[in-house]
Amino acid sequence: MREITLSQAVNEAIAEEMRRDATVFLMGEDVAEAGTPFKVLSGLVEEFGTERVIDTPISEPGFVGLAVGAAMTGARPIVDLMFGDFIYLVMDQLCNQAAKQHYMSGGKLKVPMVLRTNMGATRRSAAQHSQSLQALVAHIPGLKVAMPSSAYEAKGLMKTAIRDNNPVVIFEDKLMYQDKAPVPEEEYLIPFGVANVKRTGTDITFIATSSMVQVAEKAADILAKEGISVEVIDPRTIVPLDEETLLASVRKTSRAIVIDEGHQSYGVTAEIASRLNEKAFYHLDAPVLRMGAMDVPVPFSPALEDVTVPTPETVAANARRLCAGEMIHAA
Amino acid sequence: MTKTNSEDYLRMYRQMVRIRTFEDNANQLYLSAKMPGLTHMYSGEEAVAVGICEALTDDDRITSTHRGHGHCVAKGANFREMFCELLGKEEGYCRGKGGSMHIADQSHGNLGANAIVGGSMGIATGSALRAKLLGQNDVTVCFFGDGATAQGLLYEVMNMAALWHLPVIYACENNGYSEYTKTEEIAAGSITARAEAFGIEAFKVDGQDVLAVNALTQKLVARCRKGEGPFFVELETYRYHGHHVGDINREYYRSKDEEKDWKENRDPIVRFRGWLVDQGIATEAEIEAMNAEIEEDATAAVAYAEAAKYPDVSEVDMHVYAD
Repeated sequence: MREITLSQAVNEAIAEEMRRDATVFLMGEDVAEAGTPFKVLSGLVEEFGTERVIDTPISEPGFVGLAVGAAMTGARPIVDLMFGDFIYLVMDQLCNQAAKQHYMSGGKLKVPMVLRTNMGATRRSAAQHSQSLQALVAHIPGLKVAMPSSAYEAKGLMKTAIRDNNPVVIFEDKLMYQDKAPVPEEEYLIPFGVANVKRTGTDITFIATSSMVQVAEKAADILAKEGISVEVIDPRTIVPLDEETLLASVRKTSRAIVIDEGHQSYGVTAEIASRLNEKAFYHLDAPVLRMGAMDVPVPFSPALEDVTVPTPETVAANARRLCAGEMIHAA
Repeated sequence: MTKTNSEDYLRMYRQMVRIRTFEDNANQLYLSAKMPGLTHMYSGEEAVAVGICEALTDDDRITSTHRGHGHCVAKGANFREMFCELLGKEEGYCRGKGGSMHIADQSHGNLGANAIVGGSMGIATGSALRAKLLGQNDVTVCFFGDGATAQGLLYEVMNMAALWHLPVIYACENNGYSEYTKTEEIAAGSITARAEAFGIEAFKVDGQDVLAVNALTQKLVARCRKGEGPFFVELETYRYHGHHVGDINREYYRSKDEEKDWKENRDPIVRFRGWLVDQGIATEAEIEAMNAEIEEDATAAVAYAEAAKYPDVSEVDMHVYAD
């Protein structure tokens, strides 16, 4: 199978859906000729024109608000938010407006829009361009949240998001845009709420999101050499969450580490760990461990930044301790 | 003005009285503790909603505010579903999930009231962007108050609307008060100049004169349909009640004399009624009969809503996500 980059996969997904449905359009800062600073959208304006690939002013609440209104009245906007950190700027439009219209109207209004943005530290971009803020939006009923872990997921989840009748936020890890993966030429979609069991194992389950799936797989490779068999699961969407697949795995392995690049406190890892504790408690041989980013603003210095996020080594070290039956009180 | 438009004039009068009557009944529901929560009265501003909405079709959209009952009635909503919504009943426009501050009536193009001040400015402008992109001919009116001109969102969306020539009309209902504060204390400079800075044609009109509001809106809607939008209109008006129904002792920010002056000398319904009689379009007796019929409708709708069912509790987690 051919291999393409995550960036190309996103681009293909959007182009295919724009060809398929004339109500789909794209807007955001520098999305047209510039194709975004990461060049993810290059070439789309040439095919679809400036009517459907719209460069906006640097007005995040404004253009996200426009997307909500366009979606409520029959279009399917894809909004590009240049950095995930800018989500704070659009919280009212996303969480008070987009997320609640369907409910507040008793099911009459729909908001079929996609907000694509990014996440991920260790790019030396410091505290306001490095955050992984998926927990903020996953907390809000009415929003769906997808976190692709490779080019394959990026394409299939994007196409599903565009066809979904709800506001969907997609977080792409900005360090993965050039990572290649096998992606079929023929069309496919990845349904929301269906986790992907990346590898099967018997001793411990790693539940990991986005680029943390790579970290989990590398940790699993290290542990395999030591005779520890790891099951790695990528939920692919954190809202909706495929709880059944996660629970089935943990009931089998009896141990779990949840890994996500958002801050650890009150985060995605906490939510998933809590559900496992509530619903698989009597199958557990060890506490479910959370591994998120440290609870500090992302520092600039490489010497500091690298220690703020989970790595294959830290994940493997925690897994060894869990499998050895050591009590772990804090990561 | 000729009698050829008699039907239009009578409908405008009827709609203004319907709004006033709706609000009087809603206020009574609050005062008699029959309505959950609070509500914000539109009384005094009727000529704004009616003058504008009478220039629109059902395909044209509006976005409304926390003070939104007037817009909802003027855009064609029924008393029964509105009172049901105010009382949280199953037959309300939003199945009781929205309440007074979130009434939406899509069948008449009302995209909904919004409880965040200025919160629907993006939605209205986005609706206009959709019309342009999909080659549709409808116009969107964004209602907001003078208080909302302090929100940054307005300037972001007016900039985009002007850049892209969107068919949207920003209707600023200037009732002089931002909640409990005189707007002149919190707004520097001129309100229309804010829009003019973006190259948007801006107008100021007497919001107590339904014919003036309607005539201006008709012109602007026609120009929007030709691709000449956006436009900005400041409508000088007055809110008879406090910020909300519970804001009763308000002399610390507004004098009773001022309220009396607006009610006695500038009431939009009294003014228009006088004009209809002077022009021979309706007699006093015909107008009294119309008022009585509307009052009867409202009484019946309130009684219906009071007796109506609450939604089944199983509906609490319905409509979080669309299929």
